[in-house]
Amino acid sequence: MYRSQRLGLKYLVASTAMFGAMIVFGLLSSFYYVHPTLLLNVFNFNSAKIVHIDGLVIWLLMGFIGSIYWFLPQELEREVEGIGLAELLFWVFCAAVAVVVLVFIFVQYGSANERSMWLINQGRKYVEAPRWAAVGITAVAVVFAYNVIATTLKGRKPTGIVIVLIADLVPLVVLYLDAFPEMANMSQDLFWWWWLVHLWVEATWEVLIGCIMAWTLMHLVDASRRVVESWLYVEVALVLGTGILGLGHHYFWIGTPRYWLAIGGFFSALEPLPLLGMVVHAVYDAGERRLRAANRPAFYWAMAEAFGNFLGAGVWGFMMTLPQVNLYAHGTQWTASHGHFAFWGAYGCGLISVLYLVLAKTRGCEDLDGSTWKWSFALLNAGMLGMAGALLVAGIDQAFFERAIGGSTWDAFLAMQGRPWFREGMWARVAFGLLFACGYVVLVYDLAAISKTREPRVERATAAAGS
Amino acid sequence: MYTQDPIFWRAGAIAASAFMCVVLAALTIDTLQQITPGGAHVPPYDVINRSIGYQYDSARGEYVPKIGGEELIFGHRYTAAEASDLIARGKLVIQSRACIDCHTFFGNGAYYAPDLTRAWMDPFWARYDGPKRADRLTKFLMHPIRLGARPMPDLHIQRDEAEATVAYLKWISGVDANGFPDRFGAPAPAAGGK
Repeated sequence: MYRSQRLGLKYLVASTAMFGAMIVFGLLSSFYYVHPTLLLNVFNFNSAKIVHIDGLVIWLLMGFIGSIYWFLPQELEREVEGIGLAELLFWVFCAAVAVVVLVFIFVQYGSANERSMWLINQGRKYVEAPRWAAVGITAVAVVFAYNVIATTLKGRKPTGIVIVLIADLVPLVVLYLDAFPEMANMSQDLFWWWWLVHLWVEATWEVLIGCIMAWTLMHLVDASRRVVESWLYVEVALVLGTGILGLGHHYFWIGTPRYWLAIGGFFSALEPLPLLGMVVHAVYDAGERRLRAANRPAFYWAMAEAFGNFLGAGVWGFMMTLPQVNLYAHGTQWTASHGHFAFWGAYGCGLISVLYLVLAKTRGCEDLDGSTWKWSFALLNAGMLGMAGALLVAGIDQAFFERAIGGSTWDAFLAMQGRPWFREGMWARVAFGLLFACGYVVLVYDLAAISKTREPRVERATAAAGS
Repeated sequence: MYTQDPIFWRAGAIAASAFMCVVLAALTIDTLQQITPGGAHVPPYDVINRSIGYQYDSARGEYVPKIGGEELIFGHRYTAAEASDLIARGKLVIQSRACIDCHTFFGNGAYYAPDLTRAWMDPFWARYDGPKRADRLTKFLMHPIRLGARPMPDLHIQRDEAEATVAYLKWISGVDANGFPDRFGAPAPAAGGK
């Protein structure tokens, strides 16, 4: 095993731990909705939510980085350049995440001064991490990009997947620099903030997971490189061709000119196209293989990724993206429903597929199956579908009664919190969140059990060579 | 067949991405001009010295902010430079207390507490105790009370921080957001709710 692959495994373990932390704080956040005085002035809702959503970003980022450190040396048939620095930065990254979480829990917020921005909380959604930590994340991203680019330059002819990956990493790192500024004008602040959030989540991350899934499919079902690379290029053309101007659906109501209503509405309506293409291909592949693969959990999670991405990001996104609907749906629990389902379908399922694939390859057990993974698959997906459904019911109720009829005032908002459909939706979200958490526990149990019961392939090969 | 060659699709991916990036760059330049304070959609910071309302514009078919005559806050007429400093401080308060992780601005943020885009002109303040609207908001920020299903936490906001936040809320209520939120503050139709 390459050193880079060992580092990849460490990142995947850390990523799975962050997945757990994200669930814990997500559950806590959901309880505030049904019990609003919970931990009031001790640990307020915003602190719980910050750890929940920042935990989501770190879970996924660590998962992407770990997957790429694992696949890259195999793809280029050489050790990753600068691996020593990358190993050092892994521990720096973990330590920084731990310190930031502790600050968010025990310090929470500061006074209105630059010190708070540098040391405590920047207070911009998803990029709340204080500036010192944002500098650290930038350093990790720069070293990671250097690892990929330098290894490619030193290796044999770069593959199409690696070229796409490099072309994607550059904007990924540059866009993150938007985590630092502090602009008085909220319209400008949100304008640039969406460059970071949208162009990460709905463009560069989509391409990144596209590269990871391309490798996964090649390892999992021996997909032809020629076909996989052609599809990856088609996906890039469609994702970036629709997603770059699809950014416009975030520019409907932030003080930006009216032409964004037409541009954002049109291009974001096209955004489901690449996701539909993935589903068509997944159905074709699954049918051709009659749903059989040696590594069944990885195969099923890869299928869940295609369907989840299409439904959560594509269908749920389309439902609320036209400005005539978005005027009322925007900023309600409807948005939260789309957010939960989209992140899960687009990224979460894909990373779990990678976990099973990497575990099987590392432990030398290609024929992974059993019943435990089926429980976690069912619990996690049922939990997520239930949460998305519950939030959708509450969100549509909000869009009609608080927004369209109530006129969006504070009174309309507060009256909404007492409406039966809204309250039932919030309780159902807690229940399905607990189901999701059970699925996570079973997933970790299954991964740990597979790790313990099977000998690592490398050590077994070394032992055989020694005897 | 040429469509089976990945190079064909690579050319398509590069062309589509490059073209869209160029269009986005051009739109960004135009948009930034319009959302600069004093631009077509965003009022100058010293709008805090004037009255701001929200009315239906029949020509546009949507609600838009209406800037009126002089209406000072805290009995002070702010110069452009003073207003700019005050608004910058207000934004720093909003970031330092992570307001956007409970509330939303222009619908962006968290959905646990009400949207703050038009909070300055919310009918709620007419019922709240205090001599003038700005004083009522300041008092609420410094000593929050429970509002129905949502208790606002005490975030130890000092008077100068609260006043800067109130100025910020007044300024942002003057931003033309293409009709968002619709019908803000308009009386609800008679047959609403279940």
